[in-house]
Amino acid sequence: MIELQGVTKRYHGKKALDAVDLTLEPGKIIGLVGENGSGKSTTLKLIAGLNHPTRGHVNVDGKKATRRIADRVAYLSELDDYYPFFTVGGMIDFHASQFPDFDTKKADEMLSFMNLERSSKVKTLSKGNRGRLKIVLTLSRNVPVLLMDEPLSGLDPMVRDSIVKSLISFIDIENQIVLITTHEIKEIEGILDDVIAIKDGHIIGHHNVEDLRFEHGKGIVEWMTEVYQ
Amino acid sequence: MSQEFESNTPIYMQLADRINRRILRGELQPGEKLPSVRETSVQSNVNPNTVQRTYQILEQSGIAESRRGQGTFVTEDPAILQSMRERLKREEIASFVRVMKDMGYEAQEIQHGIQEFLEEENES
Repeated sequence: MIELQGVTKRYHGKKALDAVDLTLEPGKIIGLVGENGSGKSTTLKLIAGLNHPTRGHVNVDGKKATRRIADRVAYLSELDDYYPFFTVGGMIDFHASQFPDFDTKKADEMLSFMNLERSSKVKTLSKGNRGRLKIVLTLSRNVPVLLMDEPLSGLDPMVRDSIVKSLISFIDIENQIVLITTHEIKEIEGILDDVIAIKDGHIIGHHNVEDLRFEHGKGIVEWMTEVYQ
Repeated sequence: MSQEFESNTPIYMQLADRINRRILRGELQPGEKLPSVRETSVQSNVNPNTVQRTYQILEQSGIAESRRGQGTFVTEDPAILQSMRERLKREEIASFVRVMKDMGYEAQEIQHGIQEFLEEENES
């Protein structure tokens, strides 16, 4: 379970998050949506323990989120950073050596699902295949919390489709919390249980996506347009 | 790539509707096994929790039966299949009539229109 209580985060005096309360339960894929600079990435970094709140508490399974929370949380950064000298296989083995919960067998299954070769050099991979590799590295960790910052951003439709399918195929839906930030709402809306809208550091809405359709007759985009006004 | 969904209706209902239509078209036969939740989920890019809900409502309406350890199957009960066939017909007609009335057509005009259309289609 993820808990944020009264969380405020300031960067250089500017509030990125403002007194945010949020509780997330396992067994769900949750989308975090909002404009650039609304606080999405900050929220993920705080849960990953990569940043600390200016005020308030961030807990994962009752433990304070510090750098040591990495044993419960896998984090996919929106940055495209990698070690160019690695092969795909080398990258897998490196991650396996860093995280005791890393499932190499699952990683190899995902590589073949994504049509990636262990022997390919990471620096020669296309952008789309680097995006796929990042997904493999994140989903191969057997941890209760998966955080993904813009996993579809800047990738072509074929790659986005394969990433969505790999999410469905390889996450452990009953036991994991998957929190995804994205602008590509149309592609991902079918796989979300819940959606959270964030604006200027405030959470302005939190819904079950199917309830949104049932009770309000709206998809995420229409709902967002309404709450964002 | 997967089919799009309408944004104004829950996906679990749209999926159930698609399965019902596949049964009507004979693409899924009475007694045939439905794909697993995971397979349907991957095929249509839909959350497994949502597909689970689809299978639940299909079971509640009697269209599908889950057999322990074997999966979910299309019912072989002709009465249930017939009543689903009737229900879908009424639903389609209802939405057609609503659209026509919305545009100002009277009941008689609609009726004549359909009759004429079907006769022409028969001749060609």
